Amino acid sequence: MKSRLAYLWAVALLLGMWELGALLAGEVVIAGPGTVLARLVVEAQQARFWRHVGSSAFRVAAALCISFVAAVPLGLLLGSSRRADKIVRPLIYLTYPIPKIVLLPLVLLVFGLGDPGKIAMLSIILFFQLLITTRDAARGVDREAKYSLYSLGGTRLDLFRHVIWPACLPGVFTALRIATGTVVAVLFFVESIGTRYGMGFYILDAWGRADVQQIFVGMVVLALLGVILYETFDTLERLFCRWKQL
Amino acid sequence: MADSFHDLIDCRDVSKTYISGNGPVYALGPTTFSVESGETIALVGPSGCGKTTLLLLMSGLEKPSNGSVRFRSQELTAPHREIGLVLQHYGLFPWKSVKENVQLGLRIRRESLHGNRVEELLSELELSDKVEFYPQQLSGGQRQRVALARALALNPKLLLLDEPFAALDTLTRERLQDLVAEMWRKRRFGMALVTHNIQEAVRLGRRILVMRVEPGHGGQVVAEVDNPSACEAAYRGSDEFHRKTLMVRERLELWA
Repeated sequence: MKSRLAYLWAVALLLGMWELGALLAGEVVIAGPGTVLARLVVEAQQARFWRHVGSSAFRVAAALCISFVAAVPLGLLLGSSRRADKIVRPLIYLTYPIPKIVLLPLVLLVFGLGDPGKIAMLSIILFFQLLITTRDAARGVDREAKYSLYSLGGTRLDLFRHVIWPACLPGVFTALRIATGTVVAVLFFVESIGTRYGMGFYILDAWGRADVQQIFVGMVVLALLGVILYETFDTLERLFCRWKQL
Repeated sequence: MADSFHDLIDCRDVSKTYISGNGPVYALGPTTFSVESGETIALVGPSGCGKTTLLLLMSGLEKPSNGSVRFRSQELTAPHREIGLVLQHYGLFPWKSVKENVQLGLRIRRESLHGNRVEELLSELELSDKVEFYPQQLSGGQRQRVALARALALNPKLLLLDEPFAALDTLTRERLQDLVAEMWRKRRFGMALVTHNIQEAVRLGRRILVMRVEPGHGGQVVAEVDNPSACEAAYRGSDEFHRKTLMVRERLELWA
């Protein structure tokens, strides 16, 4: 309850600054909160608007699922098996620092300009973030926990299920929360190319027509998308890692 | 050679050498000893004398570099259903409640969680009102009781304790020693306790093995003290207790 109240004052502060900016710069440059809300209500009555929102949400959700399924099990394995880590580490160290976004032309060439190409780009970026965090979390599992489990008769599979996975889960949620910021930013970028649907296109299209109100509607929707994702992971963590909140 | 048929666990010429980047590390030199069914022994010695290594070999978690460990006449190559282990830092899982921690061995072994065994154990260890708590909500002494309950839930024939009370204050430690002694009197499992605390060794070990480090060769057992009254109810504070404490201390000093 307290955190919800804290949210309220932060929202009020941001709205206040926004309103002030609109007053100082004029509605032609910065559309004020009231104007944008009114426009959002109008837009929300059109099917086309929801198709933009739906396209973006689908791409983000698909990329999150794909990268999660690919990166988390691999991270758990690398963090808990020295041999596997030794083999794969050079590959990760060489590829991790490369800014993945510069691979965009190549990715679009391979996967096409449509949804597969965009989802692939988002997934590649998320994959590395999730992989590194999960691997480091799995490395932190101490020997005594492993001894305990094996002495109770546990197999390697039990170790993953009862020790490594639950121990790493908070780290995985942290990685997902950090990834939400990245994924929305990259989404805007990939949706500026080769598509007629998605919030990235929606904003750029409005920009081209100098429709300031629509630009702001698009920004608000992307911001909300980020907040919703962040809050979802936060809630899931509170649900699945109750022991962490004690 | 003496027949070790009646021994619960039998370590014969076991030694352990770890290979590190800087060459071999001799953790334990060739050591031979056994624990009979229902017997309790204490391994006492300074840090680095190989006593924890010896315990890990007895638990089946580590394999000896040389020699053999036999449990109930079978070569021990992996952790055994009838060997329970309690570690210094409890080895509890913070993401599992007290009850889930205690039941874990049974769950992993796919044994029935029904029946009252776990409940009885928890109430015997005065944890009945803590079953839904998580380990981090408990005191050190309570955590160690949970670890004890978890090891005893599988009804072990041999209980291994690695410096179990080292992190606790004196009063809590003594209370837990008395509790372990009481559990032993009721169940008569074999027990091997690793400790650097002389009083603890005398309180719980009916046979006390004094260990020392020989540089370049690893730890070894250098003396043995018989202590047949250990684990009896009012042993602490008796004249015999003090005599044995002094005796163990002399042996340790002699070989230091």
